[in-house]
Amino acid sequence: MKDSGSPEISRRGILAGGAAAVAATHVPLADAQTATRSGLKPTLAKVEMTVNGKREAMELDTRTTLLDALREHLHLIGTKKGCDHGQCGACTVMVDGKRINSCLSLAVMHQGDKITTIEGLGTPDKLHPMQAAFIKHDGYQCGYCTPGQICSAVAVIEEIRAGVPSHVTGDLNAKTPISNAEMRERMSGNICRCGAYSNILEAMTEVAETRA
Amino acid sequence: MKPFTYERASSPAAAAAAVARTPGAKFIAGGTNLLDLMKLEIETPTHLIDVQELKLDKIEPTQDGGLRVGAFVSNTALASDARVRRDYGVLSRAIVAGASGQLRNKATTAGNLLQRTRCPYFYDTNQACNKRKPGSGCAALGGYSRQLGIIGTSDACIATYPGDMAVAMRLLDAQIETINPTGQSRTIPIADFHKLPGTTPHVENALQRGELITAVTLPKPLGGTHTYRKVRDRASYAYALVSVAAIVQPDGSGRVAIGGIAPRPWRVDAADAQLRNGSKAVVAPLLAGARPTEDNAFKVPLVERTLAAVLAETRA
Repeated sequence: MKDSGSPEISRRGILAGGAAAVAATHVPLADAQTATRSGLKPTLAKVEMTVNGKREAMELDTRTTLLDALREHLHLIGTKKGCDHGQCGACTVMVDGKRINSCLSLAVMHQGDKITTIEGLGTPDKLHPMQAAFIKHDGYQCGYCTPGQICSAVAVIEEIRAGVPSHVTGDLNAKTPISNAEMRERMSGNICRCGAYSNILEAMTEVAETRA
Repeated sequence: MKPFTYERASSPAAAAAAVARTPGAKFIAGGTNLLDLMKLEIETPTHLIDVQELKLDKIEPTQDGGLRVGAFVSNTALASDARVRRDYGVLSRAIVAGASGQLRNKATTAGNLLQRTRCPYFYDTNQACNKRKPGSGCAALGGYSRQLGIIGTSDACIATYPGDMAVAMRLLDAQIETINPTGQSRTIPIADFHKLPGTTPHVENALQRGELITAVTLPKPLGGTHTYRKVRDRASYAYALVSVAAIVQPDGSGRVAIGGIAPRPWRVDAADAQLRNGSKAVVAPLLAGARPTEDNAFKVPLVERTLAAVLAETRA
């Protein structure tokens, strides 16, 4: 968030530059091989979506996932690529208010959608309450899964309030309480290798109680 | 991922016709399973027809007191619907036992019925798999088969149907409505929908080329106590080793369907008829002819014990 346009050399800057350099040399080569093998050339398609309140028009290879469109085309690198197969949750964003794995969704299928990423939830100067609570409760160590955890955490509290049941819900026909068990179960699609789970839960509990 | 062209469908019939006339074409809705497989080049469509905007996303009452669930109702929306929670609790329970919150927000009713097996040999393109590449053999036979099928399998394939939602739908005797490329509709009972592998494990369901699922209808509510119990290697976000869907009536009669053990949700009429006589009596006809491997023989007693737990719970 803070380092875009910053002259300082940051780890993130080097990583992003490194990834871009790899992409520049490697991807076209892979595409060329793929085209030869399948007899089909990469196809471009246009898509327009609103990302964090801003209208974005892109022309993308149809294979581009929403995750890659956000990171590589819109340079919103807060959203992370972990497994790229929907298993880790690092790529979680909200589409029309619902959390999804952006790695398992094609960008061209989001025509007209409203996307919210970690950058759209809050800014360093004006944190979302969940971001502030993650900092206060030490809800991360390395931070790689954190944008996905925070997007998921915000959505989880909304889902419980909206009456979406979970695997641990007792009575399907009663109002579901925002409990530790409910939040733990609903966060199972977000993996944290540092094991910050209990602190994430404390952050979520504080936000849920503040807003109750 | 291999390149593909892309179009948005204008109507269900147009979508069906487009898939039928375009070699290599596939429908895409939620895409959570298809994209996963496309990245691994297990699925290699050359043209995708996006059907998610077709407005088949409503849950409506039917004339005979049931519910008609649009093909693209999300798993979350279906599990959350007040009528489903009240009258088809086993379906709500089965859906929220599967996948993660993010996936359930995107996964659709039709797509979930069509999800592919998670057999590790199907997923590994370096291994022989008759389902992925007909005639190439089955590396799972004699391989690591702890998760795989114990009944309904064949010498060509021992993969399981991995889902939870369809197990509850099989229990409820749901009906699958489709439209074909000439615009004709038909209804397929879920009992006839998923195919056993036999010598053709790549044929997984009753759909013809281009045939599009438009809805799933549930019969009028069956009453009784609804349960879905899933046994797995971790408490959340894992496929079933064994799952038991059951509806038990106050007089002890009822029905039971099992997930995680067969190429389709497993239900046997003669087993339902034994429900009042306890889990052992049910399991005898339910698992008659089972052919477990050394790795997954534990599933036979696990089915019986899970069912015993479910029956004890419904009687409590």
